[in-house]
Parts: sequence; structure tokens; C-alpha cells
Amino acid sequence: MSNLNASPGAELEFLGRLANATSRRTFLQWAGLTVGVAALGCGDDDNGTGPGNTPGVNLGSGDTGVLNYAYALEQLEAAFYIRVLSAPYSGITAEETTILRDIRDHEIVHREFFKAVLANGAIAGLSVDFSSINFTSRASVLGAAKTFEDLGVSAYNGAGQLLTSDANLLIAGKIVSVEARHASAIRDLLNPNSMDFAGDDVVGPTGLDVVRTPAQVLAAADPFVVNAINANQLPTS
Amino acid sequence: MTPNTETLLETIDPELMERVVSRRDALGSVSKRTLAVAMASAPLALGVLAKNAFAQGGLPQGIKDVLNYALTLEYLEAEFYNLGLAAANLIPSATRPVFQQIAKHENAHVALLRATLGADAVAKPTFDFTAGGAFADVFTNYQTYLVLSQGFEDTGVRAYKGRAAELKSNDAILTIALQIHSVEARHASKVRRLRGQKGWITSNTTDVAALAAVYAGDEVTTQAGINTAAFVNAAAASEAFDEPLTAQAVLAIAGMFIVST
Repeated sequence: MSNLNASPGAELEFLGRLANATSRRTFLQWAGLTVGVAALGCGDDDNGTGPGNTPGVNLGSGDTGVLNYAYALEQLEAAFYIRVLSAPYSGITAEETTILRDIRDHEIVHREFFKAVLANGAIAGLSVDFSSINFTSRASVLGAAKTFEDLGVSAYNGAGQLLTSDANLLIAGKIVSVEARHASAIRDLLNPNSMDFAGDDVVGPTGLDVVRTPAQVLAAADPFVVNAINANQLPTS
Repeated sequence: MTPNTETLLETIDPELMERVVSRRDALGSVSKRTLAVAMASAPLALGVLAKNAFAQGGLPQGIKDVLNYALTLEYLEAEFYNLGLAAANLIPSATRPVFQQIAKHENAHVALLRATLGADAVAKPTFDFTAGGAFADVFTNYQTYLVLSQGFEDTGVRAYKGRAAELKSNDAILTIALQIHSVEARHASKVRRLRGQKGWITSNTTDVAALAAVYAGDEVTTQAGINTAAFVNAAAASEAFDEPLTAQAVLAIAGMFIVST
């Protein structure tokens, strides 16, 4: 913390490094510093994929904003499974391959559906960062898949109340149950025939699945998305 | 969602608490202990009650209707799993944890919906899981039991999503319904896979003729006017979206197992 006293420039650089060390894009977004720090060109972006080089994304408002939020998550999921299947971990079983391929295809359908339905209102394609995932490791891949599917379920469960149109609510309902089917299958691959397919870590004592707000979901997704995502205009109820 | 449920719990109407607690004796298959656990950990439902059922003069009839519809399905599922777990030599020990977990959830759903509906909750119907003899060996033949389990779970998924829009006027209750809905989908996926099926539904197909009504109309590959089969293929497009069932279709399915209400 001693360098905080050096100069205003050093302070900004420190803030940039702090954010980079934890959850840079979210931190900057919530701190309202995205533009400022990026414009100052602080030297924290040594992999060339930070907000200085990648356009920030504004999800927008109303139902369009919520659908863009879903589109962002589906982009992330589809990219993940495409990467998984491009070079599967060694020892992958036939059952695992079938399940992961099916899920990949579903996520591509979801992604392309949102892109088509949003048309000119769709956000751009996101850049992903899967450097924290070891794609040669079954445990790492299936662990990440579990995280993504559970996150998707909680995101759609939280987004339902944000939607205005009945038709959009129904669409979200049609997709969330498929994400839950995925989560169940992935969890069961990790610990077969246990209670984990709908484990106590995601289904509480009242029998309810996890629900997360967009802010919570985007913070969890942030390490995997290079673009800064601005969700400030999303509805809150 | 309710940001501070503890505060709501503290200010909950004493009349409400008495009303909910007094119903514990009429619970049928749900043990008092189960309800006590559900009550102790159901601040959200109680918050909903405190906020809407009383402070604003009760839930709208439309919402009560949907919740009672859900409760009827949850009664059916809970009793089905409670009886299955109690039946000797039915569920193999290897998969018993799966059904214990599902039973736990269905009983919790019953308790939660009953607590939310209070005095407006419908009573548990009398069920016949053989459906008049069509599934005569349901509690002695594991494969028959799995067939019905799959049918109930996939029906539940389609039923909840079919009526979600009717809950839109109440964000908290809509969200609870969605949170139940995704749990049913987790169950459905696992039970389907126990039967050697995919966890997701391809087109409207089923290997069991008796379940045809459960999958009717699930083959859709047009969503919001967009041809979703164009993106990968028709199978992936149908699997990627679970379609709703109308209340009429759901009640026709559930009705096969309801002797009297």
C-alpha cells in the first residue's frame, strides 16, 4: 500500500493492478473506472486482452437487455464446450463425449437463437478467456462445466422476474430447464448415482434451486470474459 | 426477491404464524419434522406471505390457482417417492441416494407451497399409482417405477413453465416457481439417464407408449418465429428448448393417477 502516496498516477495504476489481481473488469465496472483507467493506458494488461484492446459491451435496457444478458452467457457456454470438444481430455468415455457434444450443440442453438431474435439489438460476440481451465484434465473440464451450468440455471431463475413480455418469460423457461438437465448430467458424471445431480449445495432445504442477480452472475462469469460488460441499464425487478 | 428476510420474519403477522403452524396436524405424508425444517428455513415463503397474503389482503385468486395446481403435482410426486422408498426390494441400494434426494425435494415443495397458500391450500388427493392397473407392478418392478418417475418429472417441468406467466404480478412467487421448476428438471435428467435415455428430450419421442402424452408437442423447432433447426440440426433444436404443457394436458396425465380429490 505504500506506493499509494507516490503520485496520483501511481494510485490509479495501483487500482488497476488491484483489480487485475482479483476481478479486474467487474471491479472497474462497478467502480466506474473502466474508461478512465483504460484511457490512461495503465500497464496492467500484459496479455493484450484487457479492456484497453477489447470493446466494452453494454447489454442495454428492458427485455432486450435481459435477452442480451442471456446471450452473453450462452456465448460463454458455447465457446467453452466447443473448446472442450476440439481437443478432449484423455480417457474421455463414450458417454461423456455424447453428453458434452449434446450440450455443446444445445448451447450453440441457444446462442444463435438469441443472436437472431435480438437482431440489431444484439451485443457483439464476446472474447473469452479460459486460461484458468486445464482442458487436458477431466476434473478441470467437468468442474468448469458444472460451474457454468449451475451459473446458467441461477441466472435464468433470477432473470425471470426481470422480463416484461410473457413470450420472453416462456422462452427463458424453455431454456432454463435444459440448462438444469445439463447441470444434473455433468454433476452425475462427477459423482455417479449420488445426491449430487441436485445436491444440497444448489438445492436448499426448501427444495429451491439457486437464484442469482445479474450482478452476481456477471461477477462469477467475469474471469472468463475479456470484454467489460455493462449491466447498469438492466431492469431490477 | 426479498432482500432482508430476517426483518420480514421478525415482523410477520402472529395470526399468520398460528395459522400455518396449526396446519401441521393435517399434513398426511409430510412428517412434522420435515415441515419444521421447511418452516425454519423458509423465510422467503413466509416473507411472501407476510408481504402479500396478509398485508395486501391475500394472494390474487389467479396465483392461488396456479400454486394449488403445482401443489397437486407435488403431492403426487412426494407420495410416489415416499411409497417407492418404503417398498421392499424396489429401489436398488446403488441408486437409493438419488431417490432419497428427489423425495426430499418433493416433500419440501409440498411443505413450501402449503405454507405459502395457508388455508387456501388444496387437500392431498387420493392417488392410485397403478392407474387402474395399467402400471400394476409400479412398486414391485424397478423399471416400471422408473418409467413413472420419468413421466412425472418431465410432466412437472412442462407444467411449471406452462403457467409461469400467470405468476408475473408477484416477482417473489414467480421466482420460487422457477426455482422449483429447475429442480424438477435436474430430477428429470437424472431419472431419464437411469433408464438409459438422454437427460434431455429429443423431439416428441419416448420409448414408452404410455408416456406419449408427456412428450406431445415437444418436437418444436421454431422459437419466436426463428427456425432453430437451422443452427445445428432438428434434434439439437428440440432438445435445447423444453416446451410447456397446457394445464388441461397436465391434468389429463395426472388424472390417470388421481382417484379422488
